[in-house]
Amino acid sequence: MGLETTVGDLLPEVITTRLDALVNWGRKSSIWPATFGLACCAIEMMAMTDARNDVARFGAEVFRASPRQADVMIVAGRVSIKMAPVLRRIYDQMPEPKWVISMGVCASAGGVFNNYAIVQGVDKVVPVDVFVPGCPPRPEGLIWAIMKLQEKIEREKVFKEEKVA
Amino acid sequence: MSESIERAPSATQYPRYVDASQVRGKFETTIEEVIEAVSEVTVIARRDGLVALMTHLRDEPSLRFDYLSDIAGLDLGEFASPRFALSYHLYSLTHNHRLRIKVLLDEEDPRVPTMCPLWKSANWLEREIYDMFGVTFDGHPDLRRILMPVDYEGHPLRKDFPIKGY
Amino acid sequence: MLRKPDPLADTQMTISLGPQHPSTHGVLRLELVLDGETVIRAIPDIGYLHTGIEKTMEKEKWQQVVTVTCRMDYLNSFGNDLGYCLAVEKLMGVEAPKRAQDLRVLFTELNRLSSHLVWFGTHAMDIGAMTAFFYAFVHREKILDLYECATGARLHQSYFIIGGTRWDLPANFIDLCDEFLKGFPQFLDECKRLVTGNKIFQRRTMGVGIIPKESAISWALSGPTIRGSGVNWDIRKTEPYSGYDTYDFKVPVYDGCDVWSRYLVRMDEMEESWKICVEALKRLREPGEHMANHPKLKLPERDLMKKHIDVMIHHFLVASEGFTVPIGEVYQSIESARGEIGFYVVSDGKERPYRVHTRAPSFVNLSALPEMVEGSLLADVVAVIGSIDIVLGDVDR
Repeated sequence: MGLETTVGDLLPEVITTRLDALVNWGRKSSIWPATFGLACCAIEMMAMTDARNDVARFGAEVFRASPRQADVMIVAGRVSIKMAPVLRRIYDQMPEPKWVISMGVCASAGGVFNNYAIVQGVDKVVPVDVFVPGCPPRPEGLIWAIMKLQEKIEREKVFKEEKVA
Repeated sequence: MSESIERAPSATQYPRYVDASQVRGKFETTIEEVIEAVSEVTVIARRDGLVALMTHLRDEPSLRFDYLSDIAGLDLGEFASPRFALSYHLYSLTHNHRLRIKVLLDEEDPRVPTMCPLWKSANWLEREIYDMFGVTFDGHPDLRRILMPVDYEGHPLRKDFPIKGY
Repeated sequence: MLRKPDPLADTQMTISLGPQHPSTHGVLRLELVLDGETVIRAIPDIGYLHTGIEKTMEKEKWQQVVTVTCRMDYLNSFGNDLGYCLAVEKLMGVEAPKRAQDLRVLFTELNRLSSHLVWFGTHAMDIGAMTAFFYAFVHREKILDLYECATGARLHQSYFIIGGTRWDLPANFIDLCDEFLKGFPQFLDECKRLVTGNKIFQRRTMGVGIIPKESAISWALSGPTIRGSGVNWDIRKTEPYSGYDTYDFKVPVYDGCDVWSRYLVRMDEMEESWKICVEALKRLREPGEHMANHPKLKLPERDLMKKHIDVMIHHFLVASEGFTVPIGEVYQSIESARGEIGFYVVSDGKERPYRVHTRAPSFVNLSALPEMVEGSLLADVVAVIGSIDIVLGDVDR
């Protein structure tokens, strides 16, 4: 937060795009997920960190238990109505910049369970950046999601020019 | 297409169920009916005298039902009378036999005495039935919702509860 | 701010472990009343993964329910399907043919292996031995490859259906499985050297989470949790199903009643499961029928269906409307990786189940947790939760 506002309004655009690229490169190469494995998708998320589908190559193998130290929240599994307030609370505790990957069809749209107990899509509770279909998605699918998120982070403008009216 | 069903070389052995005639003589007033179907024995019992029947089943040496496997709730229909049926699935580790005790309850008075003093596993199993069906257990040490949020209204597994909830 | 120490004051602190916690194996919340590091009371709070599966099963057709039972205890998906299929087969009076039974045994035991590998990896990781997680998952990936080869899916396979299995094995499966099974005993030896012989692991698990035999029976524990307390009970031996009585395997029982005993039980179980897999694979080299020849269950041959109208009508009705099951109720339990998983199926003669209730082993095993941890240290709580091997999908359904 502080970096963007102080530096942003002082430097012209050419330098800010270069700085954008640098900061985004740093952010996308070390996306640290918060542990939010709920159900079966959590097992595939764990499989993503194992030796075959090594997610450490993307810098994302450090699963932080505390949301205060995490960048992305991978909502892996079905979100029940009892868990939804907890989900929102953990999301609120994450500092900016933060992203959300909705893993699996249960998190994206309720999945197989269209009933009283499951929130039909986690985007009813938190804003989602990448949806991953699958029941459960293959670990390669989740790595695809992280790569898509990396592309999204690359396009972000960190140092915004303040337009003075 | 033929109607024959293929049989495997080793015939299927179903779990052994105990012969309920041993118990029927002693508990004439509690036991309503004994049904034998699908290689299983179901004893339909009344609520009064249920604890005495269960204690006898647990302590009698030839029966020795020391393991309460499961309590399953069943809603027989919105307008059915009796409405609820609780099935106690008992198993004996010493004799390797099973028994099902079924208790039928009306909608106006869905209360059953608790089995917690007899088997500790009844604690959570009864809480789940309370949560899903609304059947209360007299004498339960901690009867509150277990699966749904604490302030949830409604009992989801009843037949008049819509699948999408309210 | 100075606080004068008051000898009458309450020095106890209540903390909430979970629901978002790396060591609770899912969304389990424990309210712990602590006095320093000692646990005075532990109150589990579950329901954070309640999915309404039992209600969902009432709206699916009989054969479609298999897709939902997979997702309950997601590490033991074959076992769940098997229990449900056996229950409905009992109600219908259908018996799966011999090859289907051997297929079911092979996949259920492979499932037990993969489930125990996840248990091994996560339990050791919780206690601090993080390397074990990577070792375990290397072999788990090989088992998931086998599942994918035969069924098409890594995790939720829906391979067992009422009457047998959905498909027969592909041509290359037997060699793949053979290769995997040949390499597995070496891995178990590695685990024994790495973890079982590790003094720190032993000190953290011996004497922790004690539950005596009588208590374990009263709490209706099952599976490796009760076999670690000296009770020699395995449903595969006492009430055999699907041809298990024709296989030669031992049931490991240890009577230490603590986390260490349960660990040893599961490690030995992996070896016994391996033996059953080898035997089942040998039997599967012979051809046979993978599905019972029951008109309601087995869809007719496709070329017959395309030539004859009555066969087409039969195919259409079974595929679209489904089939009905005679009125009645049944309770069938099997030995899953966690314990006794039981299915209470009630039918009212229609093409959907009237009620399917699951007796979840993790639900009942978890209810004994307060007795196991009260009086021990906070770090022991994590070890005990790992040793009961709960899967929250099973606890909450």
